[in-house]
Formats: sequence, C-alpha cells, structure tokens
Amino acid sequence: MTEEIIIAGFGGQGVLSMGKILAYSGVMQDQEVAWFPSYGPEMRGGTANVTVILSDERISSPILHEFDTAIILNQQSMNKFESRVKIGGTLLYDPNGILHHPTRKDITILRVEGARLAVEMGNPLTFNMIVLGAFLKAKPVIKLENVKKGLEKSLPERHHKLIPLNLAAIEIGQENLEVVHSV
Amino acid sequence: MGELRLMKGNEVIAEAAIRCGCDGYFGYPITPQSEVMETLMTLRPWESTGMVVLQAESEIASIHMVYGAAGAGKRVMTSSSSPGISLMAEGISYIAGSELPCVIVNVQRGGPGLGTIQPSQADYNQATKGGGHGDYSLLVLAPASVQEMHDFVILGFELAFKFRNPVMILADGVIGQLMEKVELIDQRPRWTNEQISEISGDWATIGKSKVRKKHVITSLEMDSNMMENNNLRLQAKYNKMKAEEVRYEEINCDDAEYIIVAFGSAARICQKTVQIARRKGVKLGLIRPITLFPFPEKIISGYASRVKGFLSVEFNAGQMVNDIRLAVNGKTRVEYFGRMGGIVPTPDEVEEALEQRFLKEDLCRY
Repeated sequence: MTEEIIIAGFGGQGVLSMGKILAYSGVMQDQEVAWFPSYGPEMRGGTANVTVILSDERISSPILHEFDTAIILNQQSMNKFESRVKIGGTLLYDPNGILHHPTRKDITILRVEGARLAVEMGNPLTFNMIVLGAFLKAKPVIKLENVKKGLEKSLPERHHKLIPLNLAAIEIGQENLEVVHSV
Repeated sequence: MGELRLMKGNEVIAEAAIRCGCDGYFGYPITPQSEVMETLMTLRPWESTGMVVLQAESEIASIHMVYGAAGAGKRVMTSSSSPGISLMAEGISYIAGSELPCVIVNVQRGGPGLGTIQPSQADYNQATKGGGHGDYSLLVLAPASVQEMHDFVILGFELAFKFRNPVMILADGVIGQLMEKVELIDQRPRWTNEQISEISGDWATIGKSKVRKKHVITSLEMDSNMMENNNLRLQAKYNKMKAEEVRYEEINCDDAEYIIVAFGSAARICQKTVQIARRKGVKLGLIRPITLFPFPEKIISGYASRVKGFLSVEFNAGQMVNDIRLAVNGKTRVEYFGRMGGIVPTPDEVEEALEQRFLKEDLCRY
C-alpha cells in the first residue's frame, strides 16, 4: 500500500501540522513516511502545502506530479491541484471560500465543512483535525489508535491536555464527510 | 536498534552531531538550513556533552573558527547554504591546504548570487572541483534521505580524520526540509584530551611538551620545491580516496538499456522515474553516486559498453554530466536533463526527457 497525499491551503490553517500528525501516525503504524513542505516565504500568509506519503515500501520521490488524494482548503489550491489528482483518486475539500467547485468526473469528490464545524465546536483551531477526521473516514489508511499515538508524539508534552479536543474534532470530521461525486 | 524518530534532514544534522560526540559547531543562519543551528540551540548540548555551539558574526568567521578548533584536534563542523559556502571558500582552501579534518554541510539553494531559497544542485562543480583556490579536493558525500543526513555526519567525521581532510555533505533544500523516519545512534562521548593526544598527537596543536618539536599548522610554504612536495602529498591522498572511498548505489541496472545517473534528491525523484519507465517496458536503471568526490567513474565506465545511453539528471545546467562523459569516454551517448533556479522536476518530467532524448530517436532509427 502506498498513499500519496497533498494537503494544500492558506498558511496558518494548520496544513503542515495536519501533515505532520498524519506522518507521525504512519510511523506509529510501522510504515515508511515522507513529509515534504513548501517552505520559505510561501509559509507566511500565502499558500502552504505539504506532500505526505505513507507506504509499506521504501519511498522513492517526495516530489510528485500526481496524488492519490488531494486535501484542498482554499481556492488557489483548488486551481493548482484539482488537475493533479490521479484518475480514480480522491479530492477532499472544504467549501468555505471556494467559488469554483471541482468539476472532474473521473475522481471521487468529497467535502467537509471544516471551517463551519470548527466554529460550532467553539474552537476554530480544531479546523485541521476535523478535516483530518474526514480524510480518515474516506481513506482509513491509519488506525485511530495510531493517530492518537501520533498526536502524543508530535505535540509537545505541555499541549497533551489538548489531545481529547483533537480527537473529538477528528470524530466530528468523520461524522460530517459528504460525498459529492463518487467513481 | 537505535531510537526511531520522524525528523527533518536539517534537524537530524544537529542531532547526529551531538550524538557522535562532535566538539563544536560554528555557523551563521541561512535558508534552507537554518534549522541546523536552531535545533542545536534548542537541544543545548553545551549542558550535556559540553559541545560548543556558536553563532558567528558571518560565514567567514564560522569557517575560520572551524579552522582553529580543527587545528587543536577537535571534531568540529559548520553548515550553510550556497551563498554562505561561497563566503567560506577561502577558509576551506586553507583548511584543505593545512590538512585539517572537519565536516562542512552545504544545503544547496538556487544561484548564482543570492539566487533563491528553493532547492538546487548547482554547487556540484564548486564542491567537487574546488571552489577555493589551489589544487585541493574535498571528500564529498551526497545524502538522498534523512537517514543518510544522519549517517553521513558520523561517516563524515570518520573520513575527515582518516584523511585529515575536510569532508563536505552536499545536500539540498529538498533533503534539508524533508521529514522522514530516522534511526539515531546512541550518544557517544566526546574525545577526552588523552584520546585526542593519542589520535592526533603527531600533528595537532594541543600544547607542546619539552620532548617534542613544535607542531605548526599552516598552508604557507615559501620554498617552491617544498610546496610542490606538499602538493604531491595532497594528490597522493586524493588518489587514496579514489582507491578506497568510492560509494554508490545501483538500482535496476542489471538488465538496463538506459541508465540515469543522479545524486541526492534528484536520485530520489529518478527512482520513481525508473518505476514509471519500467511500467512502460523501458529497461531503465539508476546509478546514484554517493561520493561525488571520489566520483564512481569505474562503475559508470563499466556500463558504458553495455547500455544505449546515460542520462544525467541534475538540478543545475549540467555539471556532473561532464564527469560522466569523462568516465564514458565516448563509448556511448551521454545526455543531460535538469531544471535550474530552484525548480525541482517531477518523476514524470524526467521520464518525458528520457523519451525525448533517447527513445523517440532510437525508435526512428529502427
């Protein structure tokens, strides 16, 4: 099994940390992982994206042209990455702020209203974990217990009190995954 | 098995340095390698192993601090990225001329000049053909994974002391920023003064006893005959490196009709290209030079009479391709594909280049 994922959105949405938690969870599951971010000025307010690869085999290129799954969190990223999902692959997006919705018919299109649900949860910072929950519902590549271990490993000890909140957000994401188009 | 962690290439440089018993790091921040010193400052090794970590006022100062500490037989290092390494060039030439061991990490970015902060391999010539003045060579290691960033710090110090020569770890922004699983070595102690005296006591400036003559560390020699002798000694050392330290990795070369030669992150990308090409029925292999100096010329010349062509894939305008051409010596075609200025090609792009340069023409010929 190899799952090649791009997570793309604005800087500050928690794109890189979502990828990091996913990668750590892969390590907890004895998988090979790669996490490659866009870096430099791109991170500060502009668009941020990260490639995460989970695999049972040695990982070759961390730079990819096409992805099994694209998690898209703003319009710029939609414009850039919709065409780069493999045929038969999956595009998961948050419709918040999206004017031009995805139109491809040869991929599965899913959505989760992460931004809205995070506000309803009373903590906008849970946004990325809600989206991660939706992804894990769509692609159960990582067991939930390993995500918990991944959170423990990737968050500094002083933030461990936030783990239950993160897990609750993941659950909300799982419950609120909507299928727009399925192949 | 050592401790398993998920780390960035840059972070692991710092972690490996502390764990292998490095005595000192002197550096100046520059993207895309700033995490090296940031990690060292966070880990505060001066409180645990006694390792010195110092942010110098410039790259020029850093490399000369390395020069001084290396002269005392200490295991010391610096890291920077392309423009910073250019500033260090003079010091590197002096260190090579004085035959001192040290590790220098270059996490390359696009040039020339201040260029860009995105990944590049455009310092290949600088690293392997000098950069500073005079007939000197660095031993150059090219990591292609986060694990190798770790391993090559340790190997780098071993080789630096084996040859009394600076070792360069030539990485790039991809490997520096990439996060992967890495197995860390257990903490090793720093060398004691007694150990330093035992290992480097015949040359290091560690305090003169009454019974021996003084050690002088210098690259200066006003007598040309003596200076030529110094050069001959250096050349003999570089030849010994060529005989003993060539390292490379072969992937799918056994039945290959075409071979890509690529190092560092370009080799990672090309591994996927090999998979893509093989799925299309193209017998493609990959040679990944791990040491760029000494260059694995024998393995390449060995394949030269068997394959239809080599493709050198580099994030530069075509630098390593010249070393491949020398090794191949006209026996088969050698082509180049690369991107510049911080653009990193995808595996598919490389595969297209291979088709354009070789397959389409070869098909027409039949």
